[in-house]
Amino acid sequence: MQYFDIIVIGGGHAGCEAAAAAARTGASVVLITRAVSDIGTLSCNPAVGGLGKGHLVREIDALDGLIGRVADAAALQFRLLNRSKGPAVQGPRAQVDRRRYARAMQQALAEQPGLTVMTAEVLGFRGDEQIDGVVTSKGDIGAAAVVVTTGTFLAATLHHGRLTSPGARSDAPPANDLARAVMKLGLRRGRFKTGTPPRLDGRTIDWAQLDLQPGDERPTFLSEATQVKAGPSLPCGLTRTTPATHEIVRAHLDETPTYGGGLAGAGPRYCPSLEDKVVRFSDRDGHGIFLEPEGFDDLTIYPNGISTALPPAVQTALVRTIAGLAQARIIRPGYAVEYDYVDPRELDATLAVRGRPGLFLAGQINGTTGYEEAAAQGIVAGINAARFAAGQTPVIFDRASSYLGVMIDDLTTQGVTEPYRMFTSRAEYRLSLRIDNAGERLTPTGIACGVVGPARRERFTRRVEALVAARDLVGNLTATPIAMARGGATVHQDGVVRTAAQWLAYPAVDWTMAAAIWPQLATVAPGIAKTVATDQHYCLYLARQARDIAAFRADDALMLDPTIRFAQISGLSPEMIERLEAVRPTTFGAAARVAGVTPGALVSLLAHVRRAA
Amino acid sequence: MSLRKLKAADDTILDHALVVRFVAPHSVTGEDMVELHLHGGIAVVAAVMSTLTALGLESASAGAFTRRAFDRGKINLGQVEALGDLVAAETDGQRRAALARTGSALADRVDGWRTTLIETRAELEATLDFTEEEGVPAALSSRARAALASLADALAAADADGHRGELIRDGVTIVIVGPVNAGKSTLLNALARRDVAMVSPLPGTTRDVIEVRANLGGQLVILVDTAGVRETTDPLEREGIRRATARAASADLIIDLGPGPAAAAISVVAKSDRAAVGAGWHDGRLHISAQTGDGLALLEAHLTDRVMRLVDVGEPPVIAHAHQRKSLRTAKMSIEAALATDDGVIVADELRAATVALAMLIGRVAPEQLLDEIFGRFCIGK
Repeated sequence: MQYFDIIVIGGGHAGCEAAAAAARTGASVVLITRAVSDIGTLSCNPAVGGLGKGHLVREIDALDGLIGRVADAAALQFRLLNRSKGPAVQGPRAQVDRRRYARAMQQALAEQPGLTVMTAEVLGFRGDEQIDGVVTSKGDIGAAAVVVTTGTFLAATLHHGRLTSPGARSDAPPANDLARAVMKLGLRRGRFKTGTPPRLDGRTIDWAQLDLQPGDERPTFLSEATQVKAGPSLPCGLTRTTPATHEIVRAHLDETPTYGGGLAGAGPRYCPSLEDKVVRFSDRDGHGIFLEPEGFDDLTIYPNGISTALPPAVQTALVRTIAGLAQARIIRPGYAVEYDYVDPRELDATLAVRGRPGLFLAGQINGTTGYEEAAAQGIVAGINAARFAAGQTPVIFDRASSYLGVMIDDLTTQGVTEPYRMFTSRAEYRLSLRIDNAGERLTPTGIACGVVGPARRERFTRRVEALVAARDLVGNLTATPIAMARGGATVHQDGVVRTAAQWLAYPAVDWTMAAAIWPQLATVAPGIAKTVATDQHYCLYLARQARDIAAFRADDALMLDPTIRFAQISGLSPEMIERLEAVRPTTFGAAARVAGVTPGALVSLLAHVRRAA
Repeated sequence: MSLRKLKAADDTILDHALVVRFVAPHSVTGEDMVELHLHGGIAVVAAVMSTLTALGLESASAGAFTRRAFDRGKINLGQVEALGDLVAAETDGQRRAALARTGSALADRVDGWRTTLIETRAELEATLDFTEEEGVPAALSSRARAALASLADALAAADADGHRGELIRDGVTIVIVGPVNAGKSTLLNALARRDVAMVSPLPGTTRDVIEVRANLGGQLVILVDTAGVRETTDPLEREGIRRATARAASADLIIDLGPGPAAAAISVVAKSDRAAVGAGWHDGRLHISAQTGDGLALLEAHLTDRVMRLVDVGEPPVIAHAHQRKSLRTAKMSIEAALATDDGVIVADELRAATVALAMLIGRVAPEQLLDEIFGRFCIGK
């Protein structure tokens, strides 16, 4: 029997990051997929990053993960979203070439030492309580830890109009044996739906009628490692649905799985199908559509915004009511997928299944949506699977450190009621968790657990030195209000000499102005200047967040006994016991975040913890 | 509710009792509950209690029902505190104010504020988390800004309650000041109706600050006697004078026995029995004799009137504890700061801080610090 430290099942975004991260720590890893060509497939729209999601990509990148650099290598164009709304909520996004992305990901895995990619069908797990490997179509494989990243394969049903067929993607049959094995674990499950729009033939679109949106002239890359853009740029097209489109949708609503019956799963409210948009926003006479190219030498266009499961003939009719699409030909109709997910409250903060040592779940199987969310879970599960295999303590990313931590804490303490997507508003310490400081927040942890390679470690060390030097510089340069006014800053003339750092906290003073007043600042690299200026700009708020974070971490430092029996704590009502048992929080802070737990219950819990301590 | 025979284990009748059944969650603690209304008498109660004890039940300790109601989320922290205040109430004013807070009035009002905040935050977060491309407007609407401005006003109005809640709960402090040997201690004893302070004909008898709780027209007052102010080399007396001055600075009302009419204080001549004029108001000063009691009723009536003006304005106040006021002010300052900036991310951060502060105000969130505060003041969690 073959043996690896880690088995990763699935070659999607979660699987790739999990396998590569575990291998970077030095573990021997096998990634099992049904087809090598499936690795790195972008099954939804051809774009990576965006608001909230761009943060996750930068954090994965700070741990030397793959998604950022692979997307950069495959990018058609880059845009920094929310440019006008402040550095804490800006998110980089790349439109990517679907085939180049998959190729670059496959290549990255092939180049990773210690990582084997195996083509096989996984039929089940080996071992009962303690999983110690998998049974595959090519024989048994042993391992210390198994990471399951199989996306929407659990009890998946495809819907085209009212026609249904088993399966998770239009081109992939469902993985039935493995699905049965996962179901046999007895984990709580729920049902979600998702959908895709029809794919269009770009040659049949009247581009001359449409507004085009190019990328930014000076690209903001997804990976800190990327220096220059590879290849030329391609624009996206912009168009809108019309009242005629909505008329067609309304006339055929009863032919859709959602409104005609037959599809019960909850879909994401923030990414509604065209049917949902027409029904729920009946007062709107148009909804925006992005026509996203799927590649440089790919004629396929992804019309983002009209996800639909109407019958194919109706899809053709409705597409042709849209400006620029009067002659458009559908290459592949849109469809809806319904699938089971595992209630993520079954997992701990390392994404390990509670009570099944060595078994980890990551990605869409945990009720999330999006490539970035899946990849982020993958890297956390991969790192922790490797640590588990090596007998090391887990690495937990908390809410104050990262969006990774926010997401995993949300998932494992709150559970999900709709597919979970990252938003910046989920992060209470948003001003501290920015794309520009992802390295400072996470790379030291990554270095400590061996997941960061030498090249990035070197760059990170240089960046930290440059930050220290730049902070020294702005801490020592000074100016009077008169000098500031001469430099163009509208500031109160109180005669007080302040340091450049202090002046940068004034809304009227930005780095460009400061560099004109103190020429020494012009030598500071833009990436360093951005972080220093932003920290100074928000310094009052960052100080308040630092206090909040200290209080938060004090609560999270109060560990609960992992074997705690909530039913035995005096004063807890049956309802509170049920809520706490459903999540089994491992810290007092996590218990306080469990939905519906009352302050009274927390008093009882705290009394118990104090007595036990 | 029904009339039932209560029987012991051996089937002998203990009492005929009114039995009331409360089905969960419609009871004070949210659990199933039964009330037995017995005929009075020590023997009846003892017999029933021993039967119940034999069944394995135990007597509730003080506050046990409040604790159970709190554990099950039936009442919030503010209500627990109000119940504590109600039990501890010494005066009618304290009782009425505490009773008003045991209801859900405070929570309802704060929830109304929180709803405004949460709606505004939802609108704001949508502008931050979605791009204009996705059909969400880029800035906070003027309607939302107006809602925030009026919320800040509402919080300011709730804060500007003259600290009536604290005054009713903790008592109105009335400090008696004046030169040595003016009769301050005699007046204190007369107002308190007992000998609290030692009196003597010798100037400088009172060296320390002496406090006594008294009921004035249904309100708790703290009467404070202080050392008389004079030039002295005696270190002990100098310390007494320093303390007197400090105490006067934190007084709600001052009775000044000094020579001239004092603007903010109630100016009193305490030894009218030795003066030419009799008891009563003369030239803005109230002449009384603490010794004979002449004019004391006038002073009490005047003090009662002044105390009532401090505590009895309109509805019962919602805030009675310093930590509640701190939360209220934090929320107000955050909203004001939010209105002072155009940076949506900062606005969002301030509004988040305000939401947390309002939740703290009614004890909806319980981070460890807040729990420590509760543990410090309540005998719970044992």
